Amino acid sequence: MAGQSRHILAWRLLVFVAALAPILWWSYHVAIGAAGPEPGRYLLLNLGQGALILLLCTLSLTPLTRLTRWKGFSVIRRQLGLWTFGYGVLHLLCYLLFILGLNWTALGEDLQKRPYIIVGALALLILLALAVTSNRYAMRKLGKRWKPLHKAVYLVLALVLLHFLWIVRADLTEWSVYAAVALALMLLRIPTVARRLSRLGGQMRHVRA
Amino acid sequence: MLIRSRHRLSLGENDVTPESIYLSRRKFMSGVVGLGLAASLPRAALAGPDYEDVTKAKGPEWFEAQLADTRWNAITAEDKVTPFDDATHYNNFYEFGSDKSDPARYAGQLKTVPWTVAVDGEVGKPGQYALEDLITPSRFEERIYRLRCVEAWSMVIPWLGIPLADVIKRAEPTGKAKYVRFETLEDPKQMPGQASRFGLIDWPYREGLRMDEAMHPLAFLAVGMYGRVLPNQNGAPLRLVVPWKYGFKSIKSIVRVSLVESQPETSWHMLAPNEYGFYANVNPEVDHPRWSQATERRLPNSLFNPNVIDTLPFNGYAEEVAGLYQGMDLRKFY
Repeated sequence: MAGQSRHILAWRLLVFVAALAPILWWSYHVAIGAAGPEPGRYLLLNLGQGALILLLCTLSLTPLTRLTRWKGFSVIRRQLGLWTFGYGVLHLLCYLLFILGLNWTALGEDLQKRPYIIVGALALLILLALAVTSNRYAMRKLGKRWKPLHKAVYLVLALVLLHFLWIVRADLTEWSVYAAVALALMLLRIPTVARRLSRLGGQMRHVRA
Repeated sequence: MLIRSRHRLSLGENDVTPESIYLSRRKFMSGVVGLGLAASLPRAALAGPDYEDVTKAKGPEWFEAQLADTRWNAITAEDKVTPFDDATHYNNFYEFGSDKSDPARYAGQLKTVPWTVAVDGEVGKPGQYALEDLITPSRFEERIYRLRCVEAWSMVIPWLGIPLADVIKRAEPTGKAKYVRFETLEDPKQMPGQASRFGLIDWPYREGLRMDEAMHPLAFLAVGMYGRVLPNQNGAPLRLVVPWKYGFKSIKSIVRVSLVESQPETSWHMLAPNEYGFYANVNPEVDHPRWSQATERRLPNSLFNPNVIDTLPFNGYAEEVAGLYQGMDLRKFY
């Protein structure tokens, strides 16, 4: 039992390092001047894309758990959710610092006029609510309401994809890939599909045993 | 010749000013105004400018021959010229992909020699012209122009080429010619972005100008930049440069110039008419629906200095071009 929890700890640490690594990599690129003529935008776009990838990773954990019955996937769910939020916050900071140059009037205008900014801000606000209620204390306090609250992550996914769609200018290839993955992850949550996935997971376990 | 404006636009005088006077003037100027301005002043009378860290490249023979007789600094800007590496590795050229680094990565395979340009429509001398035949009757000029992208960033580029008006005049437009329509090469084998299945642009890329805009002395056809032949990712071997309009008007790798009677369809306008107008004059007062056009990020910038500056009407060329649009509602004709 002690051995297993040490494994889990190592796994959690590995996930932590893997989620942190891109930020270090991009920072390094900026530091050595390899991020192009607009390093702020480079960070902005990478962090935004990173947040979306992390969100999709987070949402893949439940189907993966059903399929593999491996506990490891469920123990990193909160961590990946928090990483998603963290990337989102950094993405927002890049926008405020490097795109707006901390011009608050421009921020006010964007928040009134630009649908993709509004949608992005809304997604981040929901993620904030999920992040602050992700600890044990909040779970106990919220009781039965915790689960429906955290289902709002699906709304976040939709908002983030919309936010991305509205900044596309000439080519939808990249967006389509993310949208397809998102759609697949949602389909895997349809009760009958989810049940089949669990059954498949059970059979695989049986075969392995 | 152009009307001189005291502030932002100055004509190079190295053809007429004796070198000693010019040198002392330069010394005086750099002492007073500092590095930013000095960098844009005329450098050498004959040898051409010496921009830092430019990747050398040899153009076709006709290009190199023409280069020797260039009017350097024919038009300059007070702004500091963008480093060559940034101007060549941060491009919107969707024919090669939608990422800004895609053009530098994939444009190398474009074959630019030989290059033929079709000149047709309402002209007395239609035909398929070899690029050199189109260009060499005019003397090369170097023009340092600000380039304002519709995405709210900007650069300052020293172009090499000839006035667009020269080419149009030589084609002998008929009385019916009211607009000029341009077309980029369409060849998905050489241009991987055109092969994308989720691309939104209807190829070939198309642009257009009203006749008086096209004949304006600032409208320019570039075949080179930074004292060398155009890199492929910047629109080799022939591109338009219209400095008072958003960058997407300055169509690249041109294969057809048509003089036409009615306003031509243009690519971005076809894709999103509410976002991109036919005129696309730089205008801080008319926002793009998705972002403000009031300011721009002058590149390169850094994390500590986003370099956000005010966008000027007509990209700072209002004195020269505002007259073209007198009486027009620029909110309507954006």
